[in-house]
Amino acid sequence: MKPCNFDYFDPKTLEEVVVLMRQYGSDGKILAGGQSLVPLLNFRLAAPAALVDINKVKELDYVREVNGKLAIGALVRQRVLETSEAIRSKCGLLAETAEFIAHPQIRNRGTVVGSICHADPAAELPAIARALDAEMKVVGPDGERIIKAEDFFVTLMTTSMDPSELMVEVRLPTLGPRTGWAFEEFAIRHGDFAIVGVTAAVTLDEQKNCADARLAAIGVSEVPYRDSKVERLIMGQEISESLLDQAAHQMVEGVEPSTDLHASADQRKHLLRVLTKRALKKAAGRALKGFEKGRGKNA
Amino acid sequence: MSKTWIGKNVKRHEDPRLLTGRGTFVDDITLPNLYHAAILRSPHAHANILAIDASEALKYPGVVEVVTGEDVVQKTRPFSVVVKTPFKYYCAAVKKVRYVGEPVAVVVATDRYVAEDAAALVRVDYEPLPPVVDPEAALEPGAPILHEEVGNNISCHRLLDYGEVDRAFAEADLVLKERFVFPRYSSVPLETYAVIADYDSSSGVLTVWSNFMGPFTLHPVTAMALNIPENKLRFIIAKDIGGSFGIKSSIYPYIALIGLAAMKASRPVKWIEDRQEHLMASSSQTDRVSYREVAMRKDGTLLAIKTKIIDGVGAYLRAPEPATTFRPIGNYVGPYKVKNLRVDAYDMMTNKCPTGPNRGYGCHQIYFEQERMMDMAAEKLGLDPAEIRLRNFIPADAFPYVTPSGGIYDSGDYPKALKLALEMSQYEKLREEQKKARKEGRLFGIGIAVGVDPSVSNMGYITVAMPAEVRSQPEYLPKSGAVEAATVRMDPLGGVTVLMNSTPQGQGHETVVAQIIADELGVSPDDVVVVDDFDTSESPWSVSSGTYSSRFASVGTSAVVIAARKIKEKMFQIAAHTLKVSPQDLELGQGKIFVRQDPKRNISLKRVAGTAHWDLLRLPEGMEPGLEARGVFHFPMADAPDSKDRVNSSNTYGFMAEVAAVEVDRDSGQVKILKYISVHDAGTIINPKIVEGQIYGGALHGVAGALFEELVYDQEGQFLTGSFMDYLVPTAAEAPKLEIGHVCSPSPFTPLGSKGAGESSSETAPVLIANAVADALAPLGVKVTELPLTPKRVWALIHDSSSTEVGR
Repeated sequence: MKPCNFDYFDPKTLEEVVVLMRQYGSDGKILAGGQSLVPLLNFRLAAPAALVDINKVKELDYVREVNGKLAIGALVRQRVLETSEAIRSKCGLLAETAEFIAHPQIRNRGTVVGSICHADPAAELPAIARALDAEMKVVGPDGERIIKAEDFFVTLMTTSMDPSELMVEVRLPTLGPRTGWAFEEFAIRHGDFAIVGVTAAVTLDEQKNCADARLAAIGVSEVPYRDSKVERLIMGQEISESLLDQAAHQMVEGVEPSTDLHASADQRKHLLRVLTKRALKKAAGRALKGFEKGRGKNA
Repeated sequence: MSKTWIGKNVKRHEDPRLLTGRGTFVDDITLPNLYHAAILRSPHAHANILAIDASEALKYPGVVEVVTGEDVVQKTRPFSVVVKTPFKYYCAAVKKVRYVGEPVAVVVATDRYVAEDAAALVRVDYEPLPPVVDPEAALEPGAPILHEEVGNNISCHRLLDYGEVDRAFAEADLVLKERFVFPRYSSVPLETYAVIADYDSSSGVLTVWSNFMGPFTLHPVTAMALNIPENKLRFIIAKDIGGSFGIKSSIYPYIALIGLAAMKASRPVKWIEDRQEHLMASSSQTDRVSYREVAMRKDGTLLAIKTKIIDGVGAYLRAPEPATTFRPIGNYVGPYKVKNLRVDAYDMMTNKCPTGPNRGYGCHQIYFEQERMMDMAAEKLGLDPAEIRLRNFIPADAFPYVTPSGGIYDSGDYPKALKLALEMSQYEKLREEQKKARKEGRLFGIGIAVGVDPSVSNMGYITVAMPAEVRSQPEYLPKSGAVEAATVRMDPLGGVTVLMNSTPQGQGHETVVAQIIADELGVSPDDVVVVDDFDTSESPWSVSSGTYSSRFASVGTSAVVIAARKIKEKMFQIAAHTLKVSPQDLELGQGKIFVRQDPKRNISLKRVAGTAHWDLLRLPEGMEPGLEARGVFHFPMADAPDSKDRVNSSNTYGFMAEVAAVEVDRDSGQVKILKYISVHDAGTIINPKIVEGQIYGGALHGVAGALFEELVYDQEGQFLTGSFMDYLVPTAAEAPKLEIGHVCSPSPFTPLGSKGAGESSSETAPVLIANAVADALAPLGVKVTELPLTPKRVWALIHDSSSTEVGR
């Protein structure tokens, strides 16, 4: 369990990183938190010729609000999701979901952007990125570009980034008072990758009907799973128990989860149904609370 | 002797060095010119090796040697084992691989990185063969055969018959039969296997540093395999071992393999097993399929037990196996007074990693069958699970009690312990809670499990694996006994040093020994230095040395007491001589020996010690100078099996009674432990905190087996749980809150009355949780006969059950 030989670089600027990645292309690998990459190296499942360690590129360590969006730089640790006031107030979903991500020791090293890039089908952050239509800012030899979440996740651990590109930032919408959110998951042990997880965000309109609904699930397909049919089913409707049941049943229609050591396909489908309802209910409940609070203020 | 220190929570003497990173583990040891080994392992469960080409690996910069099966067959012999089945178990694969992870080659290089690079360059041509992974399937006619020279896959078969089983079954009101499956799991100690081997060609001595934990029966086994005289194979055990739980007993094939590599490379070689290797190819308990039948009377009296057990011992029967099958033979009936027992035992070779001791060794498997069966019988007979157990317990006045299979239970009060557990759990209230939960449609269950906890293995029990006719032949050397030694020394200024050779792996021996010495010699535990080193060239040792089978608290402590009492006697003689009184008139206290009737007439221990060392002419006539004594303790009732296969397989027998409450989540299949009561009888407890830690650890280990851990192979014999992503060890977050209670029945067979406790709850926890889950799922009409009760398995039990639910 020792890695193969590799060259190691620890550049100080983004510019230097870009130069190195251009040089190494698919033979190079970015090292940020290393919580997934280092085990892969030690198991010799990955054997890059070069590691480009970005931990000294301090310009990538930021959380900012830009044009109503939350911008999180590539060096921001997952732990910051729990500690940052800005994140908690603008996108509470991130703050609350952080506790599902492994253990504090891992969150202290692992980065938000790193988890999204790694695109593990059972990881939480890619699901949030997908549900909230996050934007991925990537930099490569040809400059900068934005990839939308729907175009970003290709399949298991695979994104639409070019191997010579580096993701420098994720942009997520801030969530207003009439938006409620939830992340519900089942994992065997505390901190394990989810067997199934569902995140939901529900926004209410003036009539307390659903103006916007977003749902993404993990553990049921190769990429975070989102079904616009389910979302359309809820939108414009008053949230009711039977609507949620309908949505939960619909959510299961399009998935073909696999059976593995830890869960069966049927069990995953059942959990998807149960957790979808639970997440929607919690999100809608929170949205309603925000709505009531907002109205109280106006009155 | 006054018990000032025994029974106190003396802080562990080991902890300051361990908590400040100053422990000395094998990997902390280095030698000049040290090289490192990487092991190339089989990717196949079963395959012929057609050719091995190491030429590319040998050319890789930094590589000095490659060892393959050819070296193994030329330089070593197969490991010996108790049975005479003619399979050959070498330290690495010879011509054929029989499990995924089996060593095929060893690369010796300047560092581990280079060694792993080069291992990938060794070319092995395999011809895959069909594997057999299930122990029951291995018994079927036409199953793939692992060892052609054996002709089938049976490494050992014994039919052991005690009492009048058939008659009891004929007379029974109720006969129950059930098939059980108990999985393979391990212990995952924090520290993996570690070996450094250094061969001195001038003296022919092979020195090996390792974290081997005993039993040292395996030292001669290793020496014979390496073709080295026993006195030229020097085992040095690291000062600190990072846990073992039985698993490190099975390191010796790697000692032989790395020893061979060091001999061939003419250089010292270090091998530190990584976690992937550890999960795949170190050791575990057997996987077992069993068919148990019980005969009962209407009133719940257990009349007889019949069991057919099929243990999967992996690719080779590795000593001390087949001990999983036979170690609990004396306590097979557990705490019940049943007189009739039949055990039909098969040890099947399958294409999986060889097995070995794992905490609870053989007991959790039999208690799983037994205690599940008691619940099933209670249900059939309309009895409460607590009541059926109370009706069958060996009564408290029956000790010492001889079991039908020859066990001699030293002491106990089983009804008292179970009643305490029931009381602590507020059993009646739990049942009320259950009624309420069921009305709400919740799956709430209560489990009870009891078990006899054997300690200090008798070195002879394993020979019961051989038919009595073989054991009775004149050339056969019977085996018996269980021994430990300790040396106590008082220096010229009165300081006490105790020399132990017990290879502890975290059990706190230094602390416990200091407590005993403090009471025996009237000193403070902080002033006692305990040196626990093990070196076969320097330490007094026996084949039974080591820390396994929860033996230290019984046999090790007894050796310390004997040595201390010898020193004390000598000091009294010196004091009596000086004070001109008889030793009988003297007493020890506050660092002095004084005349009982006239305490003003006294002499300090320091003065006595000074006399023994410095003023030899003032010693009583004929007395040997110095103050050092060796204590040896062995159990006289640890005899070899008799002609009827009866054997006292252990020497002290503790007890545990446990009650748990669980709730099962219908949607996920997850089991949540709401309550866990654990009552123990370990006789006299020397350090309650240490025992408590062992109970916590044992219970969590058992919970791991009940709910989380399994070493899984697919039908092709591929190993599926090679990392902690898939082999799920419960963490602190999964640990239930334990409430511990004690009853104390001191052992009449040990000077302090102490018994072992290190395995205890690991034997009962798997079935305790299984019983609770079975109770929770009872409204669904499903049976729980297989572990682990993972969410996947429990979900299937809930959702595949076609029964009509009640109470919803």
